[in-house]
Amino acid sequence: MSTIGAITEQAIELAQSAELAQEVEAEDAQSVAAAEGAGLAYGLAAIGPGIGIGYLVGQAVQAMARQPESAGQVQTTMFLGIAFTEALALLGFVVFIMLKFV
Amino acid sequence: MTMTPVLAALEFPPIENVVEWPAMFGDGWYAFNKIALIALIATAAPALLFFMAGRRSKLVPRGVQSFVEAIISFVENQVAKPGIGTGYEPYMPLLISFFCFIAVGNLFEVIPFFQMPLNARMGAPLVLALVAYFFFIIVGMKHNGARNYLRMVAFPSGVPKAMYILVTPIELVSTFVVRPFSHAIRLFANMLAGHILLVSFGVLCIAVWQLKLLVVLEALTFPGLIAFTAFEIGVSLIQAFVFAILASVYIGGALHPEH
Repeated sequence: MSTIGAITEQAIELAQSAELAQEVEAEDAQSVAAAEGAGLAYGLAAIGPGIGIGYLVGQAVQAMARQPESAGQVQTTMFLGIAFTEALALLGFVVFIMLKFV
Repeated sequence: MTMTPVLAALEFPPIENVVEWPAMFGDGWYAFNKIALIALIATAAPALLFFMAGRRSKLVPRGVQSFVEAIISFVENQVAKPGIGTGYEPYMPLLISFFCFIAVGNLFEVIPFFQMPLNARMGAPLVLALVAYFFFIIVGMKHNGARNYLRMVAFPSGVPKAMYILVTPIELVSTFVVRPFSHAIRLFANMLAGHILLVSFGVLCIAVWQLKLLVVLEALTFPGLIAFTAFEIGVSLIQAFVFAILASVYIGGALHPEH
């Protein structure tokens, strides 16, 4: 009776450890996928706003060079435009944080 | 193979260690931690400054008064006037409060022993953005009438009638649903990114310091840390400015929705 009990216990333990190992492997795979996705998400999200902000600031500098007396107004509008353009990159950053850490 | 110790030393701390702080006292809903302390200081410091400046105001400002007047005229000329236009005066207190609270809260990112921007936790920017959100909706409804305001937002003039199928849902969603979130996330993500940037450079400096021969690399990383600290001071102030000017643009849009 006791030997059967011991064997069953051992079998259960074995099964549990195998399950645990499988779970750990699955978690590893998941975290690897999350890290890859996070890097990809932020990298892709940074392309568009990068081009946009570069173009925006370039045009603003051109406007300020042509009409230095309107520099203040152009600057305020430029910051506003940067804030709107940048939002997309920041959403990408938030997705990165959520995939990587949360 | 010689690179292995370098990589091994570069262990980035988990994100919880960087943005979560243990409670100083209290627990649960009433826990009081470093973030709460920073929020209190960011509320009290500008209030104290403005009180000191206004207590004995003179016609020719000196010292504290001239500093505060510089802040006020900056907010007036760079934030309120371009965003709201004529009739901006009643909204100045809100915009100055936004600017000062966010600027001081952000500057704690680089103040030694705190080194945590208030707005790197989602709570503070979310509440600020919700204040701005309800404020501009109430201003728009009071100024134009509730029905008139909604009509002006949903059906902007100068659009062909058939385009309203496309324009109306976009306008409604972007004004009443997306706005508070984009307003809050802009501030939050900027400050969190800056905080993580500074933490990464700090970790890098410590990791390089522990190397035997490669310690000369500190000549690259330590000036980098200093430069990014200076950069983050600029980002803190610019983000406070951007938050205030967006609030002012939203209020201006609610006051004159026809533009």
